[in-house]
Amino acid sequence: MKLTMASSPHNHSHKSVTRLMLIVIAACIPGLVAQVVFFGTGVLIQLVLALVAVTVFEAAIMLMRKRPVWPALSDGSAWLTAVLLALSIPPLAPWWVIIIGCLFSIVIVKQLYGGLGFNLFNPAMAAYVLLLVSFPVQMTSWLPVSDLLNNAIGFTDQLRLIFTDFTSIGYSLDQVRAGIDGVTMATPLDTIKTDVGHGLTVTESMQKNVFNEWAGLGWMWVNLGFLAGGLYLLKEKVINWHIPVSFIASLAVCSAIGYIAAPGTEPGTVFHLLSGATMMGAFFIATDPVSAATTNKGRLIYGALIGLLVYLIRTFGGFPDAVAFAVLLLNIAVPLIDYYTQPRTYGHGAVK
Amino acid sequence: MDKLLEQIQKGTVWQFPGGVHPPQQKSLSNGANIARLPLPNKLVVALKQHIGANGKLLVEKGQRILKGQALTEPVANWSVPVHAPSSGIITEIAPKPSAHPSALPELSIVIEPDGKDEWCTLNPVSEPKSLSHQELIDIIHQAGISGMGGAGFPTYVKADTKQSIDFFIINAVECEPYITADDTLMREHAAEIIQGIELMQQLLNPTLCIVGIEDNKPEAIATMTKAAEHNNKIIVQTVPTVYPSGGEKQLIKLLTNREVPSMGIPADIGVLMHNTGTLYAVQQAVYEGKPLIERVVTVTGNTIHKPGNVWALLGTEIKHLLDCQGFSPVPQQRVVMGGPMMGFTLPTVRIGVIKTTNCILAPDHTELAEPGPEKACIRCSACADACPASLLPQQLQWFAKSKEYDKLQEHNLFDCIECGACAYVCPSEIPLVQYYRVAKAEIKEQQADKIKADRAKERFDARKERLDREQEERQNRHKRKPVAKSADEKQKVAEALARVKNKPDNGNEKSAVAAAIARAKAKKQQGEELEPDNSEVAKERALRKEQARKYKEQKSQTDESTETAPVDDKKSAVAAAIARAKAKKAAKAKKAAKALEDAEPTTSEAPQTDAPVDDRKAAVAAAIARAKAKKAAKALEEAEQTVSEEPQSDEPVDDKKAAVAAAIARAKAKKAAKALEDTETPSVPDNTDNSSSSIDADVPQSSDDKKKAAVAAAIARAKAKKLQKEGNDQS
Repeated sequence: MKLTMASSPHNHSHKSVTRLMLIVIAACIPGLVAQVVFFGTGVLIQLVLALVAVTVFEAAIMLMRKRPVWPALSDGSAWLTAVLLALSIPPLAPWWVIIIGCLFSIVIVKQLYGGLGFNLFNPAMAAYVLLLVSFPVQMTSWLPVSDLLNNAIGFTDQLRLIFTDFTSIGYSLDQVRAGIDGVTMATPLDTIKTDVGHGLTVTESMQKNVFNEWAGLGWMWVNLGFLAGGLYLLKEKVINWHIPVSFIASLAVCSAIGYIAAPGTEPGTVFHLLSGATMMGAFFIATDPVSAATTNKGRLIYGALIGLLVYLIRTFGGFPDAVAFAVLLLNIAVPLIDYYTQPRTYGHGAVK
Repeated sequence: MDKLLEQIQKGTVWQFPGGVHPPQQKSLSNGANIARLPLPNKLVVALKQHIGANGKLLVEKGQRILKGQALTEPVANWSVPVHAPSSGIITEIAPKPSAHPSALPELSIVIEPDGKDEWCTLNPVSEPKSLSHQELIDIIHQAGISGMGGAGFPTYVKADTKQSIDFFIINAVECEPYITADDTLMREHAAEIIQGIELMQQLLNPTLCIVGIEDNKPEAIATMTKAAEHNNKIIVQTVPTVYPSGGEKQLIKLLTNREVPSMGIPADIGVLMHNTGTLYAVQQAVYEGKPLIERVVTVTGNTIHKPGNVWALLGTEIKHLLDCQGFSPVPQQRVVMGGPMMGFTLPTVRIGVIKTTNCILAPDHTELAEPGPEKACIRCSACADACPASLLPQQLQWFAKSKEYDKLQEHNLFDCIECGACAYVCPSEIPLVQYYRVAKAEIKEQQADKIKADRAKERFDARKERLDREQEERQNRHKRKPVAKSADEKQKVAEALARVKNKPDNGNEKSAVAAAIARAKAKKQQGEELEPDNSEVAKERALRKEQARKYKEQKSQTDESTETAPVDDKKSAVAAAIARAKAKKAAKAKKAAKALEDAEPTTSEAPQTDAPVDDRKAAVAAAIARAKAKKAAKALEEAEQTVSEEPQSDEPVDDKKAAVAAAIARAKAKKAAKALEDTETPSVPDNTDNSSSSIDADVPQSSDDKKKAAVAAAIARAKAKKLQKEGNDQS
């Protein structure tokens, strides 16, 4: 009888990379729904664009690298990058923005470094930063929540805006973004930053109609959506608690200290936690296994430093949000962090 | 310690990091009692079933043996015997595939049972308390017991540990999925296992015995707790079901909160661990007198019709176990010895059960999926979360792939227990353990190579140093030689003359030849070293003379014995070689004035001996004789060269052959010498001496004495020189 030889262990947990990626994508759904509800269906158009683009780019580069296409595509990592990128950019950004983003994240950031597992930087965030510094206007043209729009725009108009820059009746994106009072509206983080820069107090600024009593209208729910998805990831043990918890805790502590020190110009903890990309960053971006720290102690440091950087850049930097920058900066520090946070191996320096 | 003891007695169980929860699959096999199998028609008993040396064979092919009879006896350290599992005839003793991941052939005894199952005489001990420590150890040793849980470490070595033991731990965890051998053994033989524990208590006198059982074995916990009731130094501790809680290090952490130091053993922290099966075997060995010839084996998996536990005689082929339990193989069938996490696949089912075989698992492809292709590591570190040793398997994997052995060791690769938890959870299905095994083997090989290379380098350096030194010495000699000659000449000549005058007094043929040979040798060995230390000459000469006398004595002895039995005389030849070597050493130390001195008498001997042979006939005869002698001398010289080469490498006695050859040569030379007339005889040593002499300048000095003699001597010398040259060329 011919017996098959194999190396132990002979059993497997049946976890797979594909499954992990799909779970993460699924966990994005609450945040995605919140975005659609508050900011329109544009994000869905961006999502489809991104998914198609990454599939094409990934397949193309695998062919160029003379590697099998399907195994690379089917691991789902490219699709996850597409989802995260689509969720990060303004929903009505022109179509070529997301295409460039996908091209950069897949081809340059991921595949040129050797493919999945070898990229130093989080592909979605690297692409986001590239887009932000290259096309600042397009990348900051967020719509206010649909309730605040002068004239609501339907799906076709959004589609037209993305592909032709104009709605069917000829409005440009800037015109669409203008609020009831005719003033172009920025994101809550942006608003606060600008207002504080103009000498207003946070309380005064938050009287504006882009805010509710806690944070930005809509943004709060988007963040809560990502928080829910993140908790699901924790429950599924797809991510460890270390990075999100230390990230959020660090941002909370920093913003609390800031609020105590300067209550007039600091929006406070809740605002920071529920604004911008905080929750998405904490649970979906910073936890990207490839580019994050890999030891538990290291993850705590990594998350905490991201939280600190997010606060510092939001408060003192030139950009309204900071998650992408913070994550990329800490990506660079990962090898160092990992090296100095190795766990104590059994039998090494233990107390008897 | 007291606090710890209190905590343990309260039932505290600590935790180790990591661990996984693979499907248990224990209920497949733990439903029924341990079954007895029909006797197999063949038993393949491997000599080596444990860690350590093989025992020495006590039986031979064709011999009839009784059940329980020792087939081997322990010889070296850590060797334990094996015993006949049943009575029958030994049909073969040959290497057979072993129950090892490599399945490399191991010497095995093949027995054809006669079906009678007839026991040899057993010596049960009913009152083991009366046994001394050593007696008990010997019983365990002779019963062939080695660890039955995994590694197969000889039990007697562990039981005889000299370190003081605080906690004796009984590993009844059985954390590997599928396996229920210990579970069912405890259910059925708890009392015996407790007796085994008590025997160990007698040997080790631990503060506390802790039986660790996973909480998925409630029946075993109950029976063991009940059986241990009477002994308050034995407690049964339940540990949570998590793989690999049955790993030695992990269980120690769980039960005592202590950690075995890296590269250390549990005894270093006052802990000793035995497996339940081992303790049962110890009990059987002492109370029943039965050696270890059978064990409980779980035969399980979806392809087995009747999964369960069986008493398997050691040496029972796996095929027999499968056949008895019913087996329907699937395509690409795997048969695993051990559990699904750490077991190894067998290349054939024609392998005998050994002392560590706890499970035979024949899974189908639904319960244990075949491994998929390895995918890219996404650095999720699920492996690190699962690692019970707090290693970083992901980093280790990168280093192993890039063969960065330093980094691997820096990241404590050798603390990996190869439990497989990391590979079990890896979403990319990377065969991590396999990478580590290969890397470990390569590092070990590299270390062994390094040790070898270091030794070789040491040897090379030493040799180079020696050669350099010798070269330098030779150069020094060449530089100083002329000086030495001129400074010493007159005195030397005078001494030579004196000796020449004395010479005829010793007249004895034999001793003259012997002395000449001895001198030649001594001179040769003294090397060509030369140092003109005039002030010391006299003193050294005295020493030299003494030595020469010694040689002479020895030589004549040798010669006498060679005369009667020339080839037989190895001993004296060797002795002579030793003497030569010693002489060489001494000579080296005392420098070469002696050599000078030595050369002189020989040169002056020639004229002396030649002198009386004035007339032609005699001269012709002498010439013939010399020719013969030369021939002999040549042989002698050759022989001596080989002899004297040996001592130079500081191994004087080593070369027996050369010594024998030398003896033969000497015998021949003597014979030749004897054949010559009295007067010619000395020309033999003359030639020899001249051939090895390097002091040519002496010749004209001595030739002043007698012209004729000088002429003859010159001819002889010329010949000798030629000879020497040839000899040198050869060497």
